[in-house]
Amino acid sequence: MSVNINSRPGSARNNRTGSWRVDRRPKFLRQNCIACRLCLLVCPEGIITGKAKNSFETDYVYCKGCGLCAAVCPKKDIEMIPEDTETEG
Amino acid sequence: MKDFIEGSDAVARAVALCRPGVISAYPITPQTHIVEFLASMVADGKLKSQFINVESEHSAASLVLGASAAGERVFSASSSQGLILMSEVLFNIAGMRMPVVLACVNRALSAPINIWNDQQDSMAVRDSGWIQLYAETGQECGDLIFQAYRLAESPEVRVPVMVCLDGYLLSHGLEVVDVPEAAEVDKFLPPYRPTEKLDPAVPMTFGPLAGPDYYLEIRHDLHAAMRGALKLIPSIAADFSRQFGRNSGGLVEAYRLEDAELAIVAAGSVCGTIKEAIDALRQEGVKAGLLRLVTYRPFPEEAVSAALAGVGRVAVLDKAISLGATGPIYADLATALVRGKHQARVNGYIAGLGGRDITIETIREIFTRLSGEEVSAGFVGLKG
Ligand code: SF4
Ligand code: SF4
Repeated sequence: MSVNINSRPGSARNNRTGSWRVDRRPKFLRQNCIACRLCLLVCPEGIITGKAKNSFETDYVYCKGCGLCAAVCPKKDIEMIPEDTETEG
Repeated sequence: MKDFIEGSDAVARAVALCRPGVISAYPITPQTHIVEFLASMVADGKLKSQFINVESEHSAASLVLGASAAGERVFSASSSQGLILMSEVLFNIAGMRMPVVLACVNRALSAPINIWNDQQDSMAVRDSGWIQLYAETGQECGDLIFQAYRLAESPEVRVPVMVCLDGYLLSHGLEVVDVPEAAEVDKFLPPYRPTEKLDPAVPMTFGPLAGPDYYLEIRHDLHAAMRGALKLIPSIAADFSRQFGRNSGGLVEAYRLEDAELAIVAAGSVCGTIKEAIDALRQEGVKAGLLRLVTYRPFPEEAVSAALAGVGRVAVLDKAISLGATGPIYADLATALVRGKHQARVNGYIAGLGGRDITIETIREIFTRLSGEEVSAGFVGLKG
């Protein structure tokens, strides 16, 4: 097998880092959110989106479960929940 | 045109004839003359290259890596501590498959500080993914540069090449060297045309992350390219000899090996001394021969094994040592002979470290010791 070692822009998308999650993922509770955007800024994957209060969400295809968003949220409005509770979204 | 010049000058003139777009190096003894010659050619307007001064060898290697990624033919040179300081970048250059050509003017490593010749510096980076070629004469120093660019830039290889020349013995030794005409070199070495390069109009990442799912394959590709070079090296050397009318380069050179019972295996300028010793021994009726390794990485196992067929006792002369183990060439050669199902007895000798002279007497001593005790790393000429 021969691998192309140089990559074109946007190719990091091929790396689906969601597979790195071990046993927890963030759940956006959407109850007390003040739209401070700290979660969006701190996310190392850059995959949190949202504008209005209680509208923030992440992309579980890439969310690697680091928990930084939950740790930074001043309103404790993001909770790290076990992977096997509830469905994603 | 023939001229009486230093090996350093032969390298510099050969590099100039290959017209690199970018040259960068940091001065270190005994490599300095090469870059001084090149710097004056650029300053005098005789060579249209960018000569870029940097603050360290690490930067020089990084700079030529970047310039190579931007699509330029590049050159650098170093020795000893400088090469070791470059080593992080050397692995990157090879991993990114940049066809960089670098001259390593071989010198001992500190400590103790020593500016004289041995081959511990290039041997220390033998696993970096660079092809390593070792010159025997001033003429070959230049000739290997032409072949190095042709090899490095071949689409099926795309691996950097290190031309190794013994410090002082070759770099500062004066010899009659035939320097080819530019038109001849142009016939041998086509312009460098990269398939991909750094270009703001077509953005691309060079050297991205490769996780556990691809790293193994990428290293395998590099290994396969190195093994593939074993086929290309002799054909480039044959082309060279057809065009320039002299033999230089290749995988190995067999000297009086046809009927040899005893042989020495070595690399670099010491082979000149060994040839003289062999001629003298032959006159005394000793059937001695030499196998000179021109290519050390990739290791030409099959060529080595074939050339030594029928030789009963083989001495490997290493001007380097993997401390606590053996000389590097000894280890590779012993493996090659086992794989080739050879019956030969192989002894390893370490000589010439830190510039200790290797004379015809030293070579005679090795041939004498070859009939005695079995050793894998026998130091020659140790003071009692
Ligand atoms: S857990 Fe980490 S990767 Fe996932 S959304 Fe939060 S900050 Fe981003
Ligand atoms: S850090 Fe918390 S409060 Fe701030 S935007 Fe994110 S979810 Fe809302």
